Amino acid sequence: MSVAVRSIGAAIDRVEGREKVTGEAKYAYEHSPPGFVYATALQSTIAKGEVVGVDAEAALAVPGVLGVLWHEDAPRLHEVSDAELEILQSPRVAYRGQIVGAVIAERYEAARQAERLVRIEYSEHPHDVLLRADHPGFYEPEKVNPSYPGRTEEGDFDQAFATAEVTIDRTYETPAEHNNPMEPHASVAVWREDGITVYDSTQGASSVQDIVAKAFGLERERVRVLSAHVGGGFGSKGTPRPHVILAVMASQAVRRPVKLAVTRQQMFDFTGYRTPTIQRVRLGCDRQGRLSATAHAVYEQSSTIREFAEQTATPTRMMYSGENRRTSHHLTRLDVPTPSWMRAPGETPGMYALESAVDELAIAAGIDPVELRLRNEPEVDPETGHRWSSRSLVACLREGAERFGWIPRHGASRGPRNGHWLTGTGVASSVYPARRRPSEARARLEPDGGYVIEIAAADIGTGARTALTQIAADALEVSPGEVRVDLGDSGYPTAPLAGGSMGTASWGSAVVKACRELRATLARGDTPGLPVEAHVDTGAEVQGDEALARYAFGAQFVEVHVNADTGEVHVPRAVGVFAAGRIVNAKTARSQFIGGMTMGIGMALHEESLLDLRFGDYANHDLATYHVPSCADIEELEVAWIDEHDPHVNPIGAKGIGEIGIVGTAAAVANAVHHATGIRFRALPITPARVVGRVSR
Amino acid sequence: MRPFDYHRAADPRAAVAAVARRPEARFLAGGTNLIDLMRLGVEAPELLVDVSRLGGGRIAETEAGGLLIGASVRNSELAADHRVRDDYPVLAQALLNGASGQLRNLATVAGNLLQRTRCLYFQDVTKPCNKRSPGSGCPAIEGEHANLAIFGHSEHCVATHPSDMAVAMVALDATVHLEGPSGPRTTPLIGFHRLPGDAPDRDTVLHHGELITAVELPPLAAARRSLYRKARERRSFAFALVSVAAALELDRGEVRDARVALGGVAHVPWRATRAEEMLRGGPLTEERAHAAAEAELAHATPLRDNAYKVPLAHRLIVRTLLDVAERP
Amino acid sequence: MSAPPPVHAEVTLTVNGLRHSLVLDTRTSLLDLLRERLDLTGSKKGCDHGQCGACTILIDGRRANACLALAVAHDGARIETVEGLAGEDGELHALQSAFIEHDAFQCGYCTPGQLCSAVAMLEEIQRGWPSAVTGEDPVAPTRAEIRERMSGNLCRCGAYVNIVEAIADVAEMP
Ligand SMILES: Cc1cc2nc3c(=O)[nH]c(=O)nc-3n(C[C@H](O)[C@H](O)[C@H](O)COP(=O)(O)OP(=O)(O)OC[C@H]3O[C@@H](n4cnc5c(N)ncnc54)[C@H](O)[C@@H]3O)c2cc1C
Ligand code: SF4
Ligand code: FES
Ligand code: FES
Repeated sequence: MSVAVRSIGAAIDRVEGREKVTGEAKYAYEHSPPGFVYATALQSTIAKGEVVGVDAEAALAVPGVLGVLWHEDAPRLHEVSDAELEILQSPRVAYRGQIVGAVIAERYEAARQAERLVRIEYSEHPHDVLLRADHPGFYEPEKVNPSYPGRTEEGDFDQAFATAEVTIDRTYETPAEHNNPMEPHASVAVWREDGITVYDSTQGASSVQDIVAKAFGLERERVRVLSAHVGGGFGSKGTPRPHVILAVMASQAVRRPVKLAVTRQQMFDFTGYRTPTIQRVRLGCDRQGRLSATAHAVYEQSSTIREFAEQTATPTRMMYSGENRRTSHHLTRLDVPTPSWMRAPGETPGMYALESAVDELAIAAGIDPVELRLRNEPEVDPETGHRWSSRSLVACLREGAERFGWIPRHGASRGPRNGHWLTGTGVASSVYPARRRPSEARARLEPDGGYVIEIAAADIGTGARTALTQIAADALEVSPGEVRVDLGDSGYPTAPLAGGSMGTASWGSAVVKACRELRATLARGDTPGLPVEAHVDTGAEVQGDEALARYAFGAQFVEVHVNADTGEVHVPRAVGVFAAGRIVNAKTARSQFIGGMTMGIGMALHEESLLDLRFGDYANHDLATYHVPSCADIEELEVAWIDEHDPHVNPIGAKGIGEIGIVGTAAAVANAVHHATGIRFRALPITPARVVGRVSR
Repeated sequence: MRPFDYHRAADPRAAVAAVARRPEARFLAGGTNLIDLMRLGVEAPELLVDVSRLGGGRIAETEAGGLLIGASVRNSELAADHRVRDDYPVLAQALLNGASGQLRNLATVAGNLLQRTRCLYFQDVTKPCNKRSPGSGCPAIEGEHANLAIFGHSEHCVATHPSDMAVAMVALDATVHLEGPSGPRTTPLIGFHRLPGDAPDRDTVLHHGELITAVELPPLAAARRSLYRKARERRSFAFALVSVAAALELDRGEVRDARVALGGVAHVPWRATRAEEMLRGGPLTEERAHAAAEAELAHATPLRDNAYKVPLAHRLIVRTLLDVAERP
Repeated sequence: MSAPPPVHAEVTLTVNGLRHSLVLDTRTSLLDLLRERLDLTGSKKGCDHGQCGACTILIDGRRANACLALAVAHDGARIETVEGLAGEDGELHALQSAFIEHDAFQCGYCTPGQLCSAVAMLEEIQRGWPSAVTGEDPVAPTRAEIRERMSGNLCRCGAYVNIVEAIADVAEMP
């Protein structure tokens, strides 16, 4: 059953807009409970070994310093499922920059001063940090995130590839990248005799609540996590990070509220990053461009303390038709931090490789790259045989080509030269799964006649508060102005995290259900008086979802200008057309898409965490040396969407929009650079250093 | 950061006296480099003597017809000054290509000249670095050096000077005015910054306690026809991979005077005198521009990962010269 | 072993029209003073090293990075922050309204810095200050000018195209 649409789809302003432009919106670190003190994290300066001693005397002598924590005197934690969170429990150092201690002080300045005075002695072992194709440690993980098989085989790839009329066999590389939300991770922890309150910069208050409760051996109800405003996350705040544990420990140790902010530099060590990848893609097709053989093998890394297997080859399993297909993931465990989610994990690096390879195949086959994609449109999901809940890739490609003014090309061709600028255009497809998870929500009619929705969801900038307001308004058949959505508090009904583009679908389903129940209750008219509320759980409903292939699709078209003198690449314009089910808010949705495309341009041209072999960390660890796009880098971005009515994904019909915008962008840029220069860049980012020696003036 | 005393100096001589007395004292101007480095633990002064309000905030014309730029003139003000924009456009452009609008409002002339390298190891106190702690080694040579020097480096240090402004000034034959414990002196900007040699901890020839009071630009015919070009990893708010300051004086198609300086290539703003020599006394053709670039870059000694700077510098020199020649 | 004790100094500042006299650790940045002492948490800390612009405030009318500015060094200064942009009656500044209207932010963390930067940037254009993309002609607020001049304010949510439109709107650009 779907909802009647009135306010869904409208381009209403962000409901918390005023708070954000006036500076009233408070982010985690901006809460200052009475009597608070500061803590800062101490990090290992070796990549592998043990802490053998800590001399804190000088640090403790700094006026205002209250204590130094390390593994010998830190509170003991109960086991949690994520070894990254088991800090200060053993002398072991698994990567450079791992948390090995904390300084707690009355004043921030004192904490920072003392931090440098703590002497940590190590026993150091040789480390191994470089991902390389011939690393001896590769194994095939049985499952890749979240629970896909690591390897799939359909048909006989080897045979089909050997006999295909046109083939390509290419290896692509993507570097480690860091999420770098603008708000650094931070926690303010208040330890009380009867429980813990934490203001945390997180994408999921409920999961932080779970972990903190588990780690400190408390019942869930005694932990409260608040995250009303979150300054971006892009996956890096999707799981609880070690700093939150450290803040709580520190608060427990000094029995005072503790504020702890991760520094920008530290964010390159323990708040997650996208694994580097090495990807071999082999494609074979006939002269008409119909794919017969597809193989995608991915080599990537995890840490020695936790298996994190990015699902990089999964889009190759369902994007295009073709009978013979093999995908595999190969993981090696290095003395590095555990990789984590970064905007569209899996799809982002995977589709860079696949969509670059498709472009190469199109050229080899002499077929326009848009046309080649159209010719490989599968009727059903090639991997599972499931029907598509809806699939509008063809419409996206056609609409995008039209808006962009795509000129079909057959085989190798070069864009026009304009003075010392080489120009080119490129295209790539986008995809992202449309999933949902069980969630709870509460709807209430207040005595003053207003409706309140409560849910432990997070608005990390996605516009969740606004979208849920619209969804609730329609489900209640009232205007959005009559609804207030309260989120970012684990005290509200439990909700899954803001991630995997599942927020609107998961939380929205629960909100719709709660609103319906509330209306039913009110309709029965047997309640004693206001307030009246309904608390629901979508667990059963979500379990019962029919087996279908549910995905959002998109097509991205990009123009590039390459400076023949300097190798600098500019993107003067890009067009993205997406099919993501029903768009709940036209204004905030557009922002999500352009945000994704902007990050995709960064991935293509700027972003790279440089591994330092000798020290084992990322040598560039700030925003002056890890370049994200600046305002000057982003010119015209046009976004459009295809209207889809997909009743199979959830009652709202929305597929999720937070991640698809970044998927395919980097390939479209790389394909355009090839068109401009005739040179194929198979390693990102495409920097002047890489380009300048290879373009001819 | 360690605690420090803070004094606001009443006049240049008092400032000099205050700093000269204490080896761990530093002048503070805009603070955009010094505070940054103090927070990183790279600098740990026990006294800051604030010189940002010392009346050195003016730009005056000299009798010779040049400009005397006070040490604490902000980068944004200098770039907006009409005399600079008209008579020394290369300098205005260099400034505007550096940092960001808000940083340029804080950053001063003296501070910009004295800003320290952006070498990744220099800025990370958990790692060795000869410049930061002499004798500890230079991990950049084997490690991350893609944006470090291709000229004039030593086995002790391969860092680059990051300033844009200084590149233009060195092309313009600027002179630095100093006030020291033993009185004032002047020194040419060429030679003010040092090559690393075996003492990379010393960026310049400045002695402890010497204060920059002004930078003087001589009148220069070539300066009016000048340009600054900067290649970088993103379009704004990024340090140079390579930059070029070029100025030409043309006389009926013949190059009478040529100034070429490079940024991002050495421990100093690099004056490309070999290129300049090749250019003088002939027309500015593409071939001669290539020859000039070649003459300079033949002496480059790139490291494992920065050889790209050689063609980059070459092409940028040629392009900038051709574009300068076309200016009215 | 004894560590040197903090050094304190008295500092007087006018912040959004209000005078404050405080005794401060000399190490305190203007940003930490605003956020940790005056409870003006609108100005954000994104890097603490001048690299992101989230801390942009106006010092004596000019935009500056509060994270690299020592409070003691700005004794006597007039400071304006995002909290001071709206009128006394709560009426939003034109840029604030335009940011909402154009959805020029997502998470909102860079927004106060973007707004302060934009206010000063438009004044800089009016004053005739050039930028790296200014040609021979007098400065005009083109989109290219706005993009270049706003590049000291990073936005990881990628709201740039909307930020530029919001500013262009206020600058009455077609
Ligand atoms: C993120 C970022 C990006 C940047 N990008 C660029 C760029 O692209 N191009 C570029 O050129 N620069 C760039 N910069 C550097 C910036 O230009 C410098 O930090 C600035 O010019 C330094 O000036 P200041 O007045 O703030 O110096 P301060 O930080 O105050 O001082 C710097 C040094 O100079 C000394 N000093 C100051 N004044 C005097 C004096 N009168 N006499 C003697 N010694 C003195 C100080 O003791 C200190 O050692 C960037 C900086 C940052 C933070
Ligand atoms: S290049 Fe110079 S600054 Fe960099 S690590 Fe070596 S010695 Fe230090
Ligand atoms: S916090 Fe000041 S520029 Fe980033
Ligand atoms: S709105 Fe999130 S960083 Fe700009």
